[in-house]
Amino acid sequence: MGPITRRLAGLENRKGWTAVLLTVLGFALVVPVLNMALEPGHPLHVPTYVVQLLGKYLCYAMLALALDLVWGFAGALSLGHGAFFALGGYVMGMYLMRQIGDRGVYGNAELPDFMVFLNWDSLPWYWMGFDSFAFTAVMVLIVPGVLAFVFGWLAFRSRITGVYFSIITQAMTYALMLAFFRNEMGFGGNNGLTDFKDILGFSMSRDSTKVGLYVATVLMLAAAYLAARFIVTSRLGRVLLAVRDAESRVRFLGHSVTGAKLFAFVVSAMIAGVAGALYVPQVGIINPSEFSPANSIEIAIWTAVGGRGTLFGPILGAMSVNAAKSFFTGVAPEVWLFFLGSLFVVVTLFLPKGLVGLFGLLKRRQRRAMPKASPTPAPKATEETHA
Amino acid sequence: MPENAVQQAPRHDVLAADSILYLDGVTVSFDGFKALNSLSFIVRPGEMRTIIGPNGAGKTTMMDVITGKTRPDEGTVLYDGNVDLTKHDEAAIANMGIGRKFQKPTVFENLTVFENLELALKGPRGTFAVLLARLMGEQRDRIDAVLGTIRLTDRAHTSAGALSHGQKQWLEIGMLFAQDPRFLMLDEPVAGMTDAETEQTAELLREIARDRSVLVVEHDMEFVRNLDCKVTVLHEGSVLAEGSLAKVQADERVIEVYLGR
Repeated sequence: MGPITRRLAGLENRKGWTAVLLTVLGFALVVPVLNMALEPGHPLHVPTYVVQLLGKYLCYAMLALALDLVWGFAGALSLGHGAFFALGGYVMGMYLMRQIGDRGVYGNAELPDFMVFLNWDSLPWYWMGFDSFAFTAVMVLIVPGVLAFVFGWLAFRSRITGVYFSIITQAMTYALMLAFFRNEMGFGGNNGLTDFKDILGFSMSRDSTKVGLYVATVLMLAAAYLAARFIVTSRLGRVLLAVRDAESRVRFLGHSVTGAKLFAFVVSAMIAGVAGALYVPQVGIINPSEFSPANSIEIAIWTAVGGRGTLFGPILGAMSVNAAKSFFTGVAPEVWLFFLGSLFVVVTLFLPKGLVGLFGLLKRRQRRAMPKASPTPAPKATEETHA
Repeated sequence: MPENAVQQAPRHDVLAADSILYLDGVTVSFDGFKALNSLSFIVRPGEMRTIIGPNGAGKTTMMDVITGKTRPDEGTVLYDGNVDLTKHDEAAIANMGIGRKFQKPTVFENLTVFENLELALKGPRGTFAVLLARLMGEQRDRIDAVLGTIRLTDRAHTSAGALSHGQKQWLEIGMLFAQDPRFLMLDEPVAGMTDAETEQTAELLREIARDRSVLVVEHDMEFVRNLDCKVTVLHEGSVLAEGSLAKVQADERVIEVYLGR
């Protein structure tokens, strides 16, 4: 294995590679096989709704991974990442709307239902091109990427950091939510985009399409993980860590702090956009509530619970918090928000490195208990202090 | 201001021509308080210069101006005789070859000693260049050489946060070696060091200063005497006296504001 490939994954040993490969295969192959090959009555059968639920969690995981790149590594806590997710979702939604064709309620092949309802007589210019999946796929990256580039350039160039950055990103997603609520925007207003029929010619109501979307999500999450791994294990990744810990010192070494942060922010927004684009066909709707500030805050909680600055942690955090959410909202919906709130408090106070940090702690303790084991390497320095 | 600049233009040419650093009439005020008040001095290429002065004399502000952290309200700051430093930011100025060592050692605590040096290592600084950068054999050798010089070879792969205060100071000096600047500014390089460490640090600095221009800001008179170079005394944001240590120590005004205390 060449040095580039090794760095691509950031996995220095065979064990790490095997773990990642097995996890991806487990999710991408075993779950669909258990769903499709076994009869519904079989004890190992995975019902389709579980597959769909898992697909949704994996989209959230990708979103948390995206946030970790800017928060855990560059130290910029974005509380507006839901906006990039929603924009990716809207882009995919536009493609899915065009796929409906004349099967809408009004039977208009030229216009989506909501435009007919609003008495629009032609398709707005910004809806052009979304009949093509390839164009849509490019736009899923470009739209969140351009917003992140412009917004990030203005913010980072003006050296807006810490809580100020969090507040303006929160304001950004709120402003977008208000804008998307307006019917005049041409994105379906309050109701958003829904009633999708098929994707790439496959009917969305079929189980096999649902499983296909799930597999696509697993593979895209794996790709996003490897891309993020590549960045954080590169020299730029070390610049990002340095920026997180002592931003002004990095400048005196001649590195462009604005450039490094902007790169991380744009890549992160693109990953969030892809997550949103995979999410929408699996839940069947996208509306302006996806831009709500509370959603973006929840992403930060998943990331913190899993362990920021670890890439793997946020994936674990998003999946476990959302599994807990599904469980609690099923059995006792009134306690869910209390649970979420206390979870955040506990993690902030006692687990600065989240679940991943907890594993590390237990492992070290176990090793210390065994006298034969080799001495553990010096623990990572204390949690960084960033404003 | 522009008029001024036109008037002064011919003077720059003559005086700045043979200088690595040229400050003329530099003024910086914070809320009406003049941290620098028409500060002017010149450092020649290859020269080592010590700046002394009581607290609040403007030493840190002066370094902030030179490294692009603070923009002066007035005045001229030229590097290498013709580069106007007031028009560039910190990263650009660092890449021109101006290195700065802070009083409080600031190393990246979550990175290893080796990685700290890697980030400082002279080389392309573009975002994409850094993303794709690979450590070549000669760069690795350079880092190993620096590790040897700063006596941290056996700590190369421990995180910088685990180093002692003196070792952090050395790591920071090592980062300057790796950065390979032409002009170097050191802010109290021996502050908080034991006598033995001070001795070793002075040795390191003599080594790094051999073919570079150096500006040292220092309080420790013994250390200044050892450096044996021209001294500039700052007071209330401008130059009070300049010359050999013996000469400035004999200066009545200097004794009054600084040494006499």
